[in-house]
Amino acid sequence: MEIIDQHTKEIMEGCKVRARDAGLRFDDESIEYIVTNQDLLELSPKGMIPTLYDYWVHDLEILKGRREYELYPHNPYETVINSRPPLSFYNDNNPDWLNVMIFYHVLAHIDFMQNNGYFRHTWDDDFVGLALADKRLINDLRTRHGRWVDYVIEFTRGIDNITGYYQVLSDLNAAEYIAKPGRLDYFFDVFLQKVKNVQAPEYLKEIDDFNRIKRESPLDVESILMSGIRNRFPEFENLYEKYQAEKTPKPRDIIEYLMRYSPFLNKEENEWMKSVMQIVRNTALYFEPQRRTKIMNEGWATYWHFELFLQDDRIKGHEADFARVNAFVTSLPKLGMNPYAIGWRLFQHIEEMAEKGRISYDFEKILDVEERKKFDRKTGKGRDFIFKLRNELCDFNFINTYVTQDFADRHNLVIIGERVNEQRMTKEYYIKSKDADDYKKLIIDSLIHPPFITVSEETQRDGVLSLVHQYEGKQLIPEFIENVMTGIEYLWGGEVKLETHLIQKGQPEKITYVMKDRKLSSDAS
Amino acid sequence: MRKSDNNNLPEKVKREIENSDVGHRMPEESKRFGSDLSSHIYSPDDFSVLQAIEPPSPHYRTIKSLDELLERDEQRNKDGFKRKINIGKIIKPGRAGSKKIIIVPTTTEDKFYHDSRVSEENENHEDSRDSDSDETETGESAGTAEGEVGDVIGERPLTPEGEGEGTGAGSGSGGEHEIGASAYELGKVLTEKFKLPNLKDKGARKTVIRYNYELTDMNRKHGQVLDKRKTLMEIIKTNINLNRFDPDMPPKPENFIINPRDFMYRVLSKEKEYESQAIVFFVRDYSGSMHGKPTEAICSQHVMIYSWLMYQYQEQVMTRFILHDTEAKEVPDFYSYYNLNVAGGTKIQSAVDLVNEIVEKENLAANYNIYIFYGGDGDDWSPDKNLFDEAFSKLFSYVNRMGITIVRNSYMAQDKLTDFELFLKERSILEKHKDLIELDVISEDADDKRLVEGIRNLVS
Repeated sequence: MEIIDQHTKEIMEGCKVRARDAGLRFDDESIEYIVTNQDLLELSPKGMIPTLYDYWVHDLEILKGRREYELYPHNPYETVINSRPPLSFYNDNNPDWLNVMIFYHVLAHIDFMQNNGYFRHTWDDDFVGLALADKRLINDLRTRHGRWVDYVIEFTRGIDNITGYYQVLSDLNAAEYIAKPGRLDYFFDVFLQKVKNVQAPEYLKEIDDFNRIKRESPLDVESILMSGIRNRFPEFENLYEKYQAEKTPKPRDIIEYLMRYSPFLNKEENEWMKSVMQIVRNTALYFEPQRRTKIMNEGWATYWHFELFLQDDRIKGHEADFARVNAFVTSLPKLGMNPYAIGWRLFQHIEEMAEKGRISYDFEKILDVEERKKFDRKTGKGRDFIFKLRNELCDFNFINTYVTQDFADRHNLVIIGERVNEQRMTKEYYIKSKDADDYKKLIIDSLIHPPFITVSEETQRDGVLSLVHQYEGKQLIPEFIENVMTGIEYLWGGEVKLETHLIQKGQPEKITYVMKDRKLSSDAS
Repeated sequence: MRKSDNNNLPEKVKREIENSDVGHRMPEESKRFGSDLSSHIYSPDDFSVLQAIEPPSPHYRTIKSLDELLERDEQRNKDGFKRKINIGKIIKPGRAGSKKIIIVPTTTEDKFYHDSRVSEENENHEDSRDSDSDETETGESAGTAEGEVGDVIGERPLTPEGEGEGTGAGSGSGGEHEIGASAYELGKVLTEKFKLPNLKDKGARKTVIRYNYELTDMNRKHGQVLDKRKTLMEIIKTNINLNRFDPDMPPKPENFIINPRDFMYRVLSKEKEYESQAIVFFVRDYSGSMHGKPTEAICSQHVMIYSWLMYQYQEQVMTRFILHDTEAKEVPDFYSYYNLNVAGGTKIQSAVDLVNEIVEKENLAANYNIYIFYGGDGDDWSPDKNLFDEAFSKLFSYVNRMGITIVRNSYMAQDKLTDFELFLKERSILEKHKDLIELDVISEDADDKRLVEGIRNLVS
């Protein structure tokens, strides 16, 4: 693993200039490394973060990966890490012209990750550096608590896929004063109006006071005013703190709930576990957006390497080579789905539609096929439109909104069924449906959608932690429930209940699991 | 001072220092980047590689080896948590029906995930489709195709090629070697992790080392026999390097330049060979009723037994594979053993007879420890039970251990004894040969853990 040489870096910087001219936006700095396939094998269990905390499951994955590699050697071109500065890894056997193409691809990834709103919570951090600090902390804890650190990691990882990711995003986007009003805001908006129920003239007098002080000494408004308020209302400070406490955000997921309320974790000798849990949770949150924007991110990168590479004067003579590599990456397989290819074609399709003004009510209401074909407003806004999508969407709404029948027909997207033909002793593949909605459903089903499980405080009794799974037509994998609940019981330090549904003979049936003393039982007959 | 420094250097460099002549100096270590810039990413100084940040001290760790991981798994048990490490197989279908199997350690990270195997609508579908007897839906996926709904766009044979009759001894022989390579490791894991017993030394024969002279070593320019294939390859390499070979054009041998160094010869060499100490017969029922899960279960278990024996005997194990329906036959390798299926009846006696015959004809009993592992679903149509009993008794005159695994088919009554079990019981074979035979009955859905448990039963 080493930093790319000056010659290659120069190529990269050249790519940056051209990518910026085309409208991509990203930070100036980036670090590029040359890695071998072996390095990548070791990195992939860690989500490509070289500094991620050590965990035995990763080691096992590496051992497995090495064996797998013997059977299926593979040669990934690049990997990008969303950090500040972003790191990217390149295979050690890429020729220059290929690197030009890959750099564009990488820059588009970086652009996507630095602008798409689903990545908002990762924008301010040098994650690679944070991870290193976390890794050191965990190793430090290991020297004191040994394997119990790994148990805490394991048990927290058991629930790290159901973190309150959207809650985290929404908290970040909420304005500061809504989340936490200051003393003055509280005084005027809540204390006077709701606690003291003052009449209008009195209220206006307070406002006058405020304005006068602000005119006289604009810098010390708050302190001057507050000392007066404290004199007049001795109860103010108390009430304000109480109000603040009420306003403190509720735990956003099970991990946060455990960290705040678990009697076991709140024992002094177990406090260290919380920092481990925090690390696991933060790491999981960091990976969330990437898992939710795979199709878009790859589509976006493919779109831009295709656009920019062809205009690059430095690749003269390698057009045919490029065509070959690009075709590999973007071909639509007869059987199966290629996220690069679908995402790329969808971006192209949407750009074209927006360019012609077809993403509009005016177009939607035309029913005549011929007229639809001719519809072209020449808006010149196609590019702008896809840039907007890159800021605002994730895979789900991207696919759900823009995979239309037009798009499916244009690229011959179909659902392929398999059936056994016993006469010919073959498995037959046939076109099962050409309906875009079916295709859309199949893709959407394959997108990540963690179960929604929350702590229910209503049913909480006698120190029992009560979890409720919101049933969405799918049961939880029954085999995993025991181990996950064992972990939660450990972190909670007492009995844990889980309400969920199990599908029996095609019908969902309510079931409650109870984990007590590391024994799982359920109320199923 | 120098000594302690060395501890942090990679193995290769250390060796170089030790072997270096006096006066040969290693290049000065760069202070800034730590000892080795291109060092392992798991090396303690990962950030010295990334951003030239000084490594923290003390150094912490590297990847754990499988042994350490298994030890940790053992510790879990003591701490009151379930074990997590399992043994998985990766199977890569190859040309001509041969498969590569690689044994890997696996673990699942249990989380609350949605279960995509069952859904509400799906089950209803299945009910309504029961009338369709000819074609059964097996799945659907996204794809691209031109044509209309209902058009068939392709097909794939149900059974992998190379099945049918297990002829062509050469076809799968490469495979045997592949599994051999990882079998030893699996055996070690099984022995250590699952606490499979070490074999009792029942007068085991000493390993015999033999020397053979074989034409296996290669030499350039001269030797005993010219290897034409290798030589031709060398010539082509030479010509590629000289740019006289265009891959897109048919080669013109008359234009080739031949370097004397291109001639590759085989030379006689002395090879050390260990005589095997044990011979294992794997016998299984491949009749129609075994199709699917039962076969899978038996074969998985037999792979593990094979691996375990490989470890126990330090790879000095010979294997023979026998399949039977109403007739028995020997197949050359594990791959045929694994893959073959026919739709015949079942006569276990045929297999027993064949084993007896082989042992007798090759005089194996005198030279080897003999193990027999039998797997089937318990069906048996052997018409003459007395003859069967006789054949069986013969077997016990030489076998060191016989292990019988019966997989109960899901469609059979679970509490009723199968024909074979009934036979064993009537003739009280299990009691008579208590030390030599073990029977284990499993369900067709048995997982790896249960299979290993079964092995323990069979060999204890």
